[in-house]
This record gives sequence, structure tokens and C-alpha cells, in this order.
Amino acid sequence: MDCWQARMFMTNVAEPLSPAAAIEVACAHCGLPVPAGYVEAGEERQFCCNGCRTAWAILHEHGLERYYELPDRRDQPVRSSGRRYEDFDHPAFHTLYVTTTPAGISRVELYLEGVHCGSCVWLVERVALVAPGVIRAELDVRRSLATVEWDPVATPLSAVARTLDALGYPPHPFRGVVRERLRRLEDRAMLVRIGVAGALSVNVMLASLALYSGWWSGMEAQYARFFRWTALGLTLPALLWPGRVFFTSALAALRTRSLHMDLPIAVALGAAFARGAVNTVLDTGPVYFDGVAMLVFLLLCGRYLQSRGQRAAADSAELLFSLTPATARVLGANGDVREVPAEGLVPGDVVEVRAGDTLPADAVVESGESALNVALLTGESRPVNVRTGDQVYGGTLNIESRLRVRVTQPGESSRLAGIVRQVEEGTRRKAPVVLLADRLSGWFTGVVLVLAGVVLFIWMQIDPTRAVDNAIALLVVTCPCALALATPLAVTAAIGRAARRGILIKGGDALERLAHPSTLILDKTGTITEGSVSMVRFDGEDWVKPLVIALESESSHPLANAFRQGFGPTIVPPVTFSRHVIGSGIIGRVEGHEVIIGKPGFVASTIGVDANQPQRGDGLTEVWIAVDGKLVGRALFGDAVRQDAAPSIRRLTSGGWEVRIASGDSQGVVDSVAREVGVVAPGALGDATPEAKLAIVSRAAATSPVVMVGDGVNDAAAIAAASVGIAVHGGAEASLEAADVYLTRPGLSPLVELIEGSRRTMRVIRLGIWLSLGYNVVGVGLAMFGLINPLVAAVMMPASSLTVLLIAWRGRTFGEAVP
Amino acid sequence: MSVIFLVLPLALLIVAGAVWAFVWSAKRGQYDDLETPAIRAIQDD
Repeated sequence: MDCWQARMFMTNVAEPLSPAAAIEVACAHCGLPVPAGYVEAGEERQFCCNGCRTAWAILHEHGLERYYELPDRRDQPVRSSGRRYEDFDHPAFHTLYVTTTPAGISRVELYLEGVHCGSCVWLVERVALVAPGVIRAELDVRRSLATVEWDPVATPLSAVARTLDALGYPPHPFRGVVRERLRRLEDRAMLVRIGVAGALSVNVMLASLALYSGWWSGMEAQYARFFRWTALGLTLPALLWPGRVFFTSALAALRTRSLHMDLPIAVALGAAFARGAVNTVLDTGPVYFDGVAMLVFLLLCGRYLQSRGQRAAADSAELLFSLTPATARVLGANGDVREVPAEGLVPGDVVEVRAGDTLPADAVVESGESALNVALLTGESRPVNVRTGDQVYGGTLNIESRLRVRVTQPGESSRLAGIVRQVEEGTRRKAPVVLLADRLSGWFTGVVLVLAGVVLFIWMQIDPTRAVDNAIALLVVTCPCALALATPLAVTAAIGRAARRGILIKGGDALERLAHPSTLILDKTGTITEGSVSMVRFDGEDWVKPLVIALESESSHPLANAFRQGFGPTIVPPVTFSRHVIGSGIIGRVEGHEVIIGKPGFVASTIGVDANQPQRGDGLTEVWIAVDGKLVGRALFGDAVRQDAAPSIRRLTSGGWEVRIASGDSQGVVDSVAREVGVVAPGALGDATPEAKLAIVSRAAATSPVVMVGDGVNDAAAIAAASVGIAVHGGAEASLEAADVYLTRPGLSPLVELIEGSRRTMRVIRLGIWLSLGYNVVGVGLAMFGLINPLVAAVMMPASSLTVLLIAWRGRTFGEAVP
Repeated sequence: MSVIFLVLPLALLIVAGAVWAFVWSAKRGQYDDLETPAIRAIQDD
């Protein structure tokens, strides 16, 4: 329930003042203006809704008012759902999500909605002070994941959940606990390897430095021997512990007879170490230990960063999954209702879904008729009517009335789970440029090994004493790591930066295709426009408004919200009776009046007048209002153009993109929107069915790359067919399924950012490839002609790799994070 | 100069201690969340 809705239910709390006394007052909790009707005379603090009042009371009672002075608190209204969270106390819930320590302390991980800034950390972690029985609460702000420890004897989990909810953070049990735990262990093991390799390599470097200076200024043999053995003693564990990963993966590559970049790395590491060890034993010549240890350390660092970056998108998909309900109400054979965890559902179970509940699994409607909000899956903001026999999907929200559904696909086999999986797989997909780098480094590996053999053979004829050294110098200096690691690192770094700016990119290939201007096709509804209906015009008298709002507060239909927004706050009279007529409107009794709100045809036939309504051509929706059998008002609803649409499109056009619009709306509406945002006439196409959109995209894609931007299910096919599909905010988190990129911030400016960032990323990648290629060519040349010894090669290698990796990692691709 | 034979092993012992401390803290999850603690520190009262 948001503040707007909450406001409608609180008339019994606030004493309204006369409108004349109203001045702009800010809510003491969320900072939004308090509607004139709810200003309480003489009160020091005013609230815009009950949710804010409760939250403020909790904070005040526990002396936590400092929250309001936190520097980075954003003035965003809290969103309390008002749920009771009784399912959180169910034994099955506890077996699934709660762990208990030997001391009798329970511990659970909860995904919190509404975490957006640093002050959330402050507030959430003080739940331990607010809720009795809570021992510790800790928040991971990046993933909105709270770990709560509480005493199950002192308080039930539902009470803790209600407190979190009241503060504006509706909790959900975190589903991916097991996978998360494995991942965490893997992360820690990787960190340990890096730490050990780092400590060892730095100390090897110090010992080597002593040896180098000894070369120039002379060093007694006993000291040189001592430093050599020290370096050997430090390098051996670096190879055996952190460095083992390269040998195991090189062995695996050998077994599968493929050329992996770990192969030359392993060969170079092994050969350089062996040569160094021999020189140490013989007490003569250079040792290459510093290069060996440093190489292990740098390569491990690169891989760690890479795997961390790939995680952002997978994380967000997993958290999305946590939003589906944890329990379901299963109907027994004799009509009794049992609450079972959603994971425990089996196909064939009959589940009761009340209005306001989310469907726990994919199912078929057994009985009942209702409307579902399927935005999570399809992005369609309008509710979908369902009746007996219809297929419904887990994660969608039942809006209107109770349904009985028979489960067909529970848990992991549901559509939502499938989407989550696809997103995770998508993150592992590699960009063509990365594949190219992989292929290049495979070839590179072969060429380097052959060249090393050639060098060894030729120098055997010229000067056998230098043959081995020159071959090793070549192996060491031509490490392909700059080539093979810099490119994926640049892509990953860009994806990670983009994610922090609310741009979720599934695969690196999208970045590559977005770097060159081509054709860009935009959907209208929800993409260029707000996508939600708002009231454009109301013809009628003021006394009608409270009656309308009262009746509409019984409904969760999108138009109900638009009515409330359009009319503003008023005193809401009590409703004694209300009935939804699905797909038509709502009938009810308010203060003794019979009120009918709905489609013109429906209202007209109910009160018995002639509808006489011409088809509207401007894309606006008309709603009629009748009171006591007389038509008393008409309201027009429409969809406004986003503020940043016109400047964003101008910017794209000047960047060389050909921007077009394809929409399912009528040509008249599309033309007027196109004029407003500056798209030239032939580029704006209306009356486009999903099939027509698909045809446009496929036809254009046949000749040149096409980028499709949309939000709804009607765009999904076109998004999938386009070279790059982009789903925008407010649309389906599930259009992620079809899209390559998902913009979580509203408006078109993230789209501009994405396209400009892609161009910069590709520039960074090209720079990296040329640098490392050039460096390797020079290195090979020097080594083949015996101009560098392995020692110089060992210094050159990490230095060059470091430059290239730094350029890749720090490249200015996307801007700073937005909270 | 021969003091190096004593000092270097001592230095390596210290390194070993540091590595042990790092491994210990990594395994106990000290580096799992690198973002929130930064926020927490400036807000603690």
C-alpha cells in the first residue's frame, strides 16, 4: 500500500480542516506535502498517511529521530505493505529459511524492498533496538539483503517482519540461500589465493631486487646464493598453492585437445621456474622467480575481478525470485485450507488465491473469475481478465476476487524460475569480441609454442649456451594474458559500471552492437510515454468526486489510482456495498447513493440510456459516472510523454542513429507523440500488432543491425528478433527474458547513456588489443634475435600486462553509480 | 651484512603472520560485503 492508498483509509484518523486554512505542509516522515484534508490544526507534526505516522511513532518511541538528520537520506516516501506476515511463523518456513545456533538463536536472511541509500543501513540495523527479541540485524546494502538474528522464545519472526514493514522495508525470505553460500565459499577461496600469491610475489620481488642490484654493484657469492634460495623457497609455494589452478586447467585443456590460454601460461610458469631452479642449484645466472610469482598474482587478480562483475545480473535475477510468495494456501479434499511452503507444492494441488495474493506457481484456474496484474512477467500494466480454464503464472498478482487454481508447474519448473535461469545463463554469454580474443589467444598459444621450438632449434646451431635462455625469454615475454584477459575484463568492468547506474546488460555482445549507430525502433507506450494512465480531463461537478473516490478505493484497477491522482485528496464517505463487473466497471452504494463507474456502454446500458458513443481516435480512454440512475460525469484518461524523451531522441539522432516508433496504438496518437518528440513522419508507425512489429524488425534486421526498445509482452517477439533488444523500466522484469539489456531507471536518458557507454567501451577494448598485440610482436622479435634475456622478459611481461589491464579496468565507460 | 641471515627469515615470519591473518579473516567472511561497512562507519553514533 503506498501513501496514496493509505491516505484513503485514514479518514477516521485525521480531522480535516476547512480548505481555506490549508497551506503547504511537509509530512514529518517522508517529506511529501500533506494533503490539505489531513492537516491537523495545532499539531506540531503532520503526516501524509497512516504508514508515515506509524513509522515516525516507532522511531520516536525508541529515540531514533536522528534518522531524519542523516545526511544522505533521500526524501522518498516509505512504502509499507501492511501485511501480517503470519506465514513467517509457519514451521515449514522455518525449516526452509531459518537456521538455529546451538545457543537457541534463530537466524534468517531476508530480502528487503525499498532499500535505496545509506540511511537504510542505519535504520534497518537499529531494528534490534526497536523490536524486542531481535539480537542483531545487518544489512548488505548492495543486494538489499538483511541478516536477522533473534530469540525465537521472546518474539515470533512475524513481529520482526511487521516492524521492518512498518519502517518501509517489506521483507521477503531470500530463496537462493544454498547457491549463495557456495558462491561465498568460492569467493573466499579465490581471495585467499590472491592474498597468498600477493604476499609471496612481493617478497620474491624484494629478494630479486637485491639480486639485480648485486649485478650492478657486485655481491658476495654467499649472499647471492642466499637470496636465490630465498626466492626459490617463496616461489615454490606460490606455484603449488595459488598457482595450481593454471596447471590443472592447462592439463584439462590438454586432455580435451584444445588450446587454452592457461596452456602457455602453465608452460611459461613451469619452464621459467625450472630454469630458475636449475640456475639456483648451479649457483649461476639469472632466476626468473619474480616474474613467475608476479604472473600468478596478476592473473588471479584479473580473474577475480571478472567473476565478481559477472555476478551483478545473476544476483538481481535471484532477488527477483524472492518476490514470489513463500507459502500457498492448499485446499484439502474436504475443503480445509492448509498453508504450505511454495516449494512443497506438487502438480495437481488446488490452491486458493485471495485478492491481493501473488500466485505461488504456474496453474490453471479451477473456479472463479478475476483480473491479474501480470506486469512482473509481461510488463503489461493493464490487468488481464482470467476465468475457469485459463493458464495463470506464478509471480502474477490477483487483483479482484478469489480464485481456485490447480497447480501445473510448481517451483523450479515454473515460468518465473525459467526466466531467472535464462538471465543467469545470459550473463555467461560472451561477446563476439571476447570470443575473438579467446580464439586469438588460442592461436597465439600454438604460434608461441612453435616459435619457442624454432628459437630453441636455431640458437642451438648458433650458440647452444644461449638457446634455452632465449626460448624461455620468448615464452615469458609473449604471455597472452594482456590479450585474453584485457578484453573480457573491459567488457566486465563496463557491465559492472552500467549495473551500478541501473543498466543491466546480459551479455557483452550487446555492448559491441550498440557501439555503432544503426536503426533504433522505440515502442510508444511505457517507453516514450509514462505507460501509466492519468486523468486528462473530467467533465462533471465537484460533489461527484468523493463518491467516485470512495467507490474506487474498493478497487485496485489502474484507473482507480488515476482517479485518486486526478481528483486529489478529499473526504471519503463510507461505502456500504460494492460489486465489480469484470471488464466493465464497478457498481456500489455510497452514502445512500447508487454509484456506477465504468465503460460508457456498460454505464449506459445499466442506467438505460443510449450510449451513442463514437469510436475515439486519440487513444484516450473514456469512463462514465452515473449516480442514482443519471449520468453525472465523464472522465478521460491518457498517457503522458516522458520529459526526457524529446532531448534523448534528439541526442541519438545527432549521434547518427535512425530513430523510429512502432506502436500498437492508433496512427493518430502515434503521429502526435512522434511530433512531440521530434521523430519525422514516415518513421512513426501506428496500429502495429505484435506480428507487425516483429515483421518491421526482421525486415530491417536483414540489411543492418536493429535495436528494439520496448516494455510489454507485445514487444517481446520484436525485442528477441532485434540485434539488440532493450527492455525499459516499468515493463516486465520478465522482458529480461527476451531482452539483452534492461534499464531499471525510468525514462530514455539511460538509453542514451547505454549507447554512449558502449561506444566508449569498444574504444577501450580496441586500445587494449592493439597495445598488447604491438607489445607481443616487439617482444617476440627481441627474443628471437636474442636481444633480451629471460630476466628482462620477466620484467617486461608484468609491466605490460599491468598497463593493459589497468586501461581495461579503469577505462571511462559508464559514469558514477546512481543510488 | 651477515645480519641479513637473521633478519630476512624474521621478516618472512612476519609475512607468514600477515598471510595467516588475511586467510583467517577472509575465511570468516570479513570481505564478503565491501560496501555496507563503509556506510555504517560514518553513521554510527
